[in-house]
Amino acid sequence: MSTVLGISFGNTSSSIALSTKDGKVDVIANPDGDRAIPSVLSYVGEDEYHGAQAKSQLIRNPKNTIVNFRDFVGKKYDEVDISASKLGSPAIKSANGSISYEIQRGSTTESLTVEEVTKRHFKKLKEAAEDYTGKKVEGVVIAVPTNYTEEQKAELSKVLDASGLKSLQVINEPSAALLAHLSAKEDRSLEDKVYVVADFGGIRSDVAVIAVRGGIMTILSTSHKLGLGGDKLDDVLAEYFAKEFEKKYKANPRNNARSLAKLKSESIVVKKTLSNVQTSTCSIESLAEGIDFHTSINRLRYEVTARQVLSEMSSFLEEAVKKSGLETIDIDEVLLVGGTSHTPKLAADISFIFPETTVVTSPALDSKALNPSELIARGAALQASLIEGFDESEIKESLQPIVVNTQHLVKPIGIKDSEGNFVTLLHAETAFPIKKTLEVTNGDSDAVSVELFEGERTVKETVIEPEQDSDDSEDEEEEPEIKRTAVYVSGNKLAELALKDLKPNAKLEIIINISNDGVLNISARELKQGSVAVKGQVSSSS
Amino acid sequence: MSITLPALTSGASESFKVSGKYSAPVRRPIEPVGRSFLAHAARTLRGHTWSDYEKLQAEKNVKVVEENPDDDIGDEDQDEELLSHDPREWKTADLYAVLGLSKLRHRATEDQIRRAHRKQVLKHHPDKKSASGGLEQDGFFKIIQKAYEIMLDSSKRAQFDSVDSHADVLPPTPKTEYDFFEAWGPVFESEARFSKKQPVPLLGTMDSTKEEVDKFYTFWGKFDSWKTFEFKDEDVPDDTANRDHKRYVERKNIANRKKLKQEDNKRVIDLVERAYSEDPRIKKFKEDAKKEKERKKWEREAGSRQAAEEAAAKKAAEEAAAKKAAEEASLLKQDSKKAKEAAKAAKKKQKRAIRGSVKEVGYFGEEAKSADIEADLELLVEKLNETQLATVSAKVTNASADAVKSSFTDVISELANEGKVDRSYFKYFK
Repeated sequence: MSTVLGISFGNTSSSIALSTKDGKVDVIANPDGDRAIPSVLSYVGEDEYHGAQAKSQLIRNPKNTIVNFRDFVGKKYDEVDISASKLGSPAIKSANGSISYEIQRGSTTESLTVEEVTKRHFKKLKEAAEDYTGKKVEGVVIAVPTNYTEEQKAELSKVLDASGLKSLQVINEPSAALLAHLSAKEDRSLEDKVYVVADFGGIRSDVAVIAVRGGIMTILSTSHKLGLGGDKLDDVLAEYFAKEFEKKYKANPRNNARSLAKLKSESIVVKKTLSNVQTSTCSIESLAEGIDFHTSINRLRYEVTARQVLSEMSSFLEEAVKKSGLETIDIDEVLLVGGTSHTPKLAADISFIFPETTVVTSPALDSKALNPSELIARGAALQASLIEGFDESEIKESLQPIVVNTQHLVKPIGIKDSEGNFVTLLHAETAFPIKKTLEVTNGDSDAVSVELFEGERTVKETVIEPEQDSDDSEDEEEEPEIKRTAVYVSGNKLAELALKDLKPNAKLEIIINISNDGVLNISARELKQGSVAVKGQVSSSS
Repeated sequence: MSITLPALTSGASESFKVSGKYSAPVRRPIEPVGRSFLAHAARTLRGHTWSDYEKLQAEKNVKVVEENPDDDIGDEDQDEELLSHDPREWKTADLYAVLGLSKLRHRATEDQIRRAHRKQVLKHHPDKKSASGGLEQDGFFKIIQKAYEIMLDSSKRAQFDSVDSHADVLPPTPKTEYDFFEAWGPVFESEARFSKKQPVPLLGTMDSTKEEVDKFYTFWGKFDSWKTFEFKDEDVPDDTANRDHKRYVERKNIANRKKLKQEDNKRVIDLVERAYSEDPRIKKFKEDAKKEKERKKWEREAGSRQAAEEAAAKKAAEEAAAKKAAEEASLLKQDSKKAKEAAKAAKKKQKRAIRGSVKEVGYFGEEAKSADIEADLELLVEKLNETQLATVSAKVTNASADAVKSSFTDVISELANEGKVDRSYFKYFK
């Protein structure tokens, strides 16, 4: 078992994962048995609480409980929205403008910078991992959101090193999640597809549109929305319960911070329960004025209550796709990540945005899908096991701009088949260098031409006639459904190759490759011994 | 294969024609994750082209295949003799060779045995034999099954290993030329597998220390083997008809086992004794011990020897000193004798000079009294000591008569004053 870890460091919760020898990934539970370890630290007396134990202190001891600090790492007080820390210990501007927290520890007041808090958090994660494996952790790959700045990444690496975890690489969360998803069953990374990775977390949502071409991922666009996340769902649910309580007992639970915290923590439990079952009970002892509250809620009621938040999420996703310059019809797959992705209604709403051909991966739609809360940690662990064998200098070298920044095709390149249709060889957004082989046939003719084109995207609209249901004549007013699909047609002609003297139905092979400097080589030959390939070169217009 | 290319419409003479350029590419960062990215990075950094990279990958794959050493387990072919072995006499067959494990023998793991057996079954199953035209030739297959049964039962396998003479390494033939370590090392290594106590000390090399060699021979001297000889048992008849005969066979088997065990123990002891007698290290150690003893003795006697040496030296020195002293003494003696003689001669000379002095000055003019003067001088010379004699003789030699006379009178009066002579004795010098 390797001793390099993948860490997903979230505002709400963190996960640690480790890949085994046979290429599988284990997400490690902390000593409490949690695989999603709340990123919370709490100080009670002289003791330091971590994870779920610390989170439960939010009710009794919010002033000494630090939550939602991930986004603050490496930032100045004036740069961030500190409302994220409204629940726990408030974030304070320290003398040099950075962010810190003041907590009461025993009889003394301690001032902790956000980096110190993060360091302590990582130390606990390290302990959990070493406790589980019984070995020292040699290095970690950590995943961060795509809008983490270079300074934040550097600061985070520093904090990791200070906590005794050697930082091997800092990677982007959506790429990590996608990597885990692609390697989940058989390796699907060589399928050329466009993915939307939607990460709905506790207090923020992130969407990235990623093109996968020949196993290489390219982020086409990213969108972030702070404040939109599972917390909002908890809030609406808490408000719903508060209203019900007020109606029943004529007592307002919103006046008291402790009552609010109780409502909130119970709402979280109810929300999670409703992702799996249709009805959940909610019971809170002594919610307000000493009255115990007991009620139940079904999933439909919850979805109606949370409708506004959920639709906000799906429209955010839709906008994010638009931002990439693509339409929903261009997206091949949607991968839902983050704890909020468990919500069945969210997955249903999202799959409604996309055409039927788009696959939406979420545990609500596919019970075999990986746990969305663990995807990022899994991806990071996979990456960690991949780069484990490399030296630090080799990793550093591989992350140089000369390696990472590569040329990408703007338009797809393909050939025309006998019916005049465009057959894509290389998709748009394919990174150089690339090589691709396609096997074709000549049919009956003894000489064929291989015509190389650039593809032009068109939208084909097909009208689907509504099914005539003889029993149900009331729905006659239903509009005919228009199905839109993206279709590429041949545009700019690039080159033409001629293959002659062929036997009928011979096997032909077309090899296209674009070198690092942008020269396109195309060759075609009959697949038999001693055949001579026809070759040619095409250059780019720049 | 669903894509069909369009037929060549124009009778284009050239086989390749460029008619345009593709749109300018756009530079974007790619995500540095995943296997494909690492391959991309390696290609970019090392400057591999596609085919180079693929070649390297292909080479790597080849190596992976070669790394599996167990693939040819059980691929050995059995010789004709073994294939036609009578299955009823399976005990006499080489059961490891039957499974195609004649190289590994007792070292074969259970997994290797299973795999080897599977291969042999595939090769020798009677169904397969009859399909390829053979008749009811399942004899060898029966032996395979029997061998497999024995090999998978650890106690039965131990019994077979005990009598598996093919695995034994024979000791070198006596009275031939061989390297002791090359010849005997494998023998003990092979024998070691029967030891109840593991690990077994091995023969070692010429450079082994005395402790190691002693440990080796002590261990082998008390060698305790787990060899058992049930495999050599005569089959016990299982019919109940003749109980006595059955018991007789059982007793005979037990006795036979005991006998074989004793023989084997003796064989090991003989081996060890022979090795001991031939061991060049033992000879070396003996010689070393002898030398050591001599050296010790030499050291022990060093004290007295030194004393004797010292005494002898002292004696010699003393002798030399005595000799030297004697020489010196004799020299001295000679010297004094000479001096005495010289003194005597000088005295005589001086006396003569004194006596002659008066005659030279003509007896002071008084020739008549010459007898008295000479008598007086004779008396004077007798009474003078050496120094006076020397001064007086010096004074009187070649001196005038008065000087001679006065010096005689002076010395006489001097002597008279000293009381050495009575003035009255002198006749002339009164």
